[in-house]
Amino acid sequence: MPDHVSIVPFAVLTGAVVLGAVAMMLSRNVVHAAFWLLEVMMAVAGLFMLLSAGFLALVQVMVYAGAVSVLMLFTVMLTLRRREDAERPLDLSAASFGLAFAFGLAAATAIGSLPGARVRMPAHAPGVAEFGALLFSRWALPLEIASVVLLIALVGAVWWTGGEDR
Amino acid sequence: MTVGLGPFLALAAVLFCIGLYGALSKKSAVMVLMSLELMTNAVNINLVALSRFRDPVGMTGQFFAAFVMVVAAAEIGLGLALVLALYRRTRTIELDRLDRLKG
Repeated sequence: MPDHVSIVPFAVLTGAVVLGAVAMMLSRNVVHAAFWLLEVMMAVAGLFMLLSAGFLALVQVMVYAGAVSVLMLFTVMLTLRRREDAERPLDLSAASFGLAFAFGLAAATAIGSLPGARVRMPAHAPGVAEFGALLFSRWALPLEIASVVLLIALVGAVWWTGGEDR
Repeated sequence: MTVGLGPFLALAAVLFCIGLYGALSKKSAVMVLMSLELMTNAVNINLVALSRFRDPVGMTGQFFAAFVMVVAAAEIGLGLALVLALYRRTRTIELDRLDRLKG
C-alpha cells in the first residue's frame, strides 16, 4: 500500500469529479446528466483507490456505476413520453446558489480550523483481507442490519411500483 | 509533492455544495435524486479520507462509508420507485406541477 498520495493523480481525479459535477448541473438533457453522474462516480472510485480503500472502490464501481446509473437511466426512460422531454430548461436559481455557497464557506472555515488537517498519511494501511475479517467480526451486527435494510427497500420498491389496482 | 488530509476534505465540501445546489434548484425529481447521490459521495470521500489519515488500522471510516453506501442504495431504489409511482398517478415528475397541497 502506498504511504502517500501524489499530487498528480489527485489533481486529475479532483478535476474529473468537480468538472463532472458542474457539467451535470449545467447539462440540459437528463440522460447526459446521468452519464456525467456516472463519470463522477468512477472518479470517486479512483479517489478511494488513492486512499487504499480497494474494496470500497470496487463496491463504488459495482453499486453506483453499475446499478444506480442503470436505475437512473431506466427511470428517465420510463418517465419520458417523448424524446424531446429529456431536454429541460436550465433551472438556475440564485437563492439555491447562495445557500450552497454559504454552506461551502462554512465548510471551508471548519476545514481551515481543523487541527489535524495537515497530518501526514500513516505508512501502513490494511488491505481487503483485513477489511473482510473486521467486517465479519466487529461489524457483523451492523452488516446484518444493513442486509435487512436492503431487503426491506427492495420489497418496498416493488410494492410501490407494482400493480395498477392499488 | 504529496497531498494531505485537507485537500480531500475540501474536495468533499465542494462536491457536497454542488450536490446541495442541484438538490435545491432542479425541478425534475430524477435530477434531485442524482444530486442527492453527489452529496452522499461527498460524505463517503470525507469518511474514507479521515479513516485513512486518522485511523488506518481500525478502518472505522471505511465501514461507515460502506454502510452509507447501503443506505444510499436503498434510498435511491425507493426514491426512483416513488418517482415511478408518482408518474403513474400524475403523468409528470416536474416538482413544480405537484402542487395539490397548495392553498
